[in-house]
Amino acid sequence: MATTTEASYAVSQLVRIHGRGTVARRRVGRVFVYGTLIVFSTVFAMPFLWMVLASLKTQKQILSSFDVIPDPWSAEGYIRGWTSLPVDKFIMNSLIYSVSVLLVVIFTSSLTAFAFSRLQWTGRNLWFILALSTMMVPPQVLLLPQFIFFTRILNWSNTLLPLILPLALGHPFYIFLLRQFFLSLPMELDEAARIDGASSWGIYWRIILPLAKPALATVGLFAFIFTWNDFFGPLIYLHSLDRMTFAVGLQLFRGQFTTDFAALMAMSTLSLAPIMIIFFFTQKTFIQGIALTGIKG
Amino acid sequence: MNPMAQSALSEPIRTRSPRRRAFMRNLEGYLFAAPFVIGFVWFALGPFAASLYLSFTNYQMKAAIPDFIGLQNFQDMASDSDLRRSMFNTIYYTVFHVPGSIILAFAIALLLNRKVRGMAFYRTMFFLPSVVAGVATAILWLFLLDTNWGLVNTALDLVGIPPAPWLTSSRWAMPSLIMMSFWRLGAPMIIFLAALQGVPEQLYDAAEIDGAGRWAKVRHITIPQLTPTFFLLIVLNVIGSFQVFTDAFIVTNGGPAGATLVYLLHLYRKAFRSFHMGYGAAMGWFLFLIVLSLTMLQLWFSRRWVYYEAAMPGEKTAKR
Repeated sequence: MATTTEASYAVSQLVRIHGRGTVARRRVGRVFVYGTLIVFSTVFAMPFLWMVLASLKTQKQILSSFDVIPDPWSAEGYIRGWTSLPVDKFIMNSLIYSVSVLLVVIFTSSLTAFAFSRLQWTGRNLWFILALSTMMVPPQVLLLPQFIFFTRILNWSNTLLPLILPLALGHPFYIFLLRQFFLSLPMELDEAARIDGASSWGIYWRIILPLAKPALATVGLFAFIFTWNDFFGPLIYLHSLDRMTFAVGLQLFRGQFTTDFAALMAMSTLSLAPIMIIFFFTQKTFIQGIALTGIKG
Repeated sequence: MNPMAQSALSEPIRTRSPRRRAFMRNLEGYLFAAPFVIGFVWFALGPFAASLYLSFTNYQMKAAIPDFIGLQNFQDMASDSDLRRSMFNTIYYTVFHVPGSIILAFAIALLLNRKVRGMAFYRTMFFLPSVVAGVATAILWLFLLDTNWGLVNTALDLVGIPPAPWLTSSRWAMPSLIMMSFWRLGAPMIIFLAALQGVPEQLYDAAEIDGAGRWAKVRHITIPQLTPTFFLLIVLNVIGSFQVFTDAFIVTNGGPAGATLVYLLHLYRKAFRSFHMGYGAAMGWFLFLIVLSLTMLQLWFSRRWVYYEAAMPGEKTAKR
């Protein structure tokens, strides 16, 4: 085993020295790679830059000139947007939705993931397969009866509860993610703890959860961003202005000001700002979480 | 990691009869999984069955007990021209969105995998649009694609291409939605990138000794090694693509002239605008059956082209 690794290493070094093309050809390759990356990433980032700049223009300037830079810089879009609809309420409702789901889903998903990865019980595989198969059912198939149940039977129309409750009991995607992470922790930890007299709850609470902090952070992050962006659910449940989340409220601006582009861009910028800031500070956690979903379980 | 050894070791020493022990173990499992089990039964399994029942009724949110009408909804669907339109549009979207975004994501991941400087920066740039996906970016595209002063036409004008009426012509509206979807390839790109880093370096070195060029290495090593990733992403993307909604709702609202009326938008209008719940449920179940059979079909075909490193003993896989 060791010798084959060493041999292949030696070979790879040889290849490194002699095998690759001439210096000039390699340089052309580099230029091509960086050129493509720069062009593509500019294309990907341009829309955001354009949005922020347009939000700082006056309505007159948006309509009259192609200049990208605002002249003069103006906050009129923000002022008109903020005062025309209860944006503060939208933000508050979105925060309530996102934070409450985040807090509860971390707890419930990790409990279930613990049962799927660290406990031996009959039916464990069956329930896990059921959890995964729900991801294939179009959400609308389930949403219709849920809608009737929540609005006709419980009278929870125009509240956040029908949105929060089904998510709070654990989402298959988060359960899957946490299960994958829990499986990567050595089983000897549980065994040693059990010999020392720890209960399953003790193992979950004092050993697995502290070790799983990065994975829990990933799930929390996903939950926050998913609920902040969520549109279909809030669209069907929330009707009055003071109960709407930002995503649904923003959509009203589109109807209200088909021509007030400055206000529309300003409010779009405002609704994206929290997500963008969170993403920039947590992107490593985020990207590791996405990469984890691609690993076959 | 050995489950047998694990279960033998984790047995508490103090328990009495084996049956009681097994019962306690199962009880514990169910207690930990309780949130999910309750949620699954109440918010997935129950609704799943209920919407099947609804699809055989003409329930419209008024009567206490829905009228059973048999297969009437499904017969109505067969003659619903909007539904046919929406099915066609959804397939149109899928046929371009799935291969396009997967190939593009793969190409970008290949570039990023070449140990470029500032990789984290580019990765962020490519990933950002996927993170903020939703209403705000859909509205943004409404403006980027504006015929008269949108950024896209302005940019095309700079290189001498005449402006196109992106969102106002029934010919260009669907291509516009597809183009927008390519902007959000962050997730597949990251998954490709992670998979690329798992390809053993020795394979490339061996190929170089045999005189393989850059393209030959991608063609004969990278792509075969990544077939499980391609498969996973194709399955996920097809499922997602049949559920496209927000862009079509915000940007074009199904128009112009029904050119972007996608399946879910039609379902939304039927079920939550006109409250034809029975019809909506029938549409939902039809969609589920389509997605299910497409996934099964892909699973079946995958045996011909997906290469797994650790093949089951006795199972024949496409080995090179």
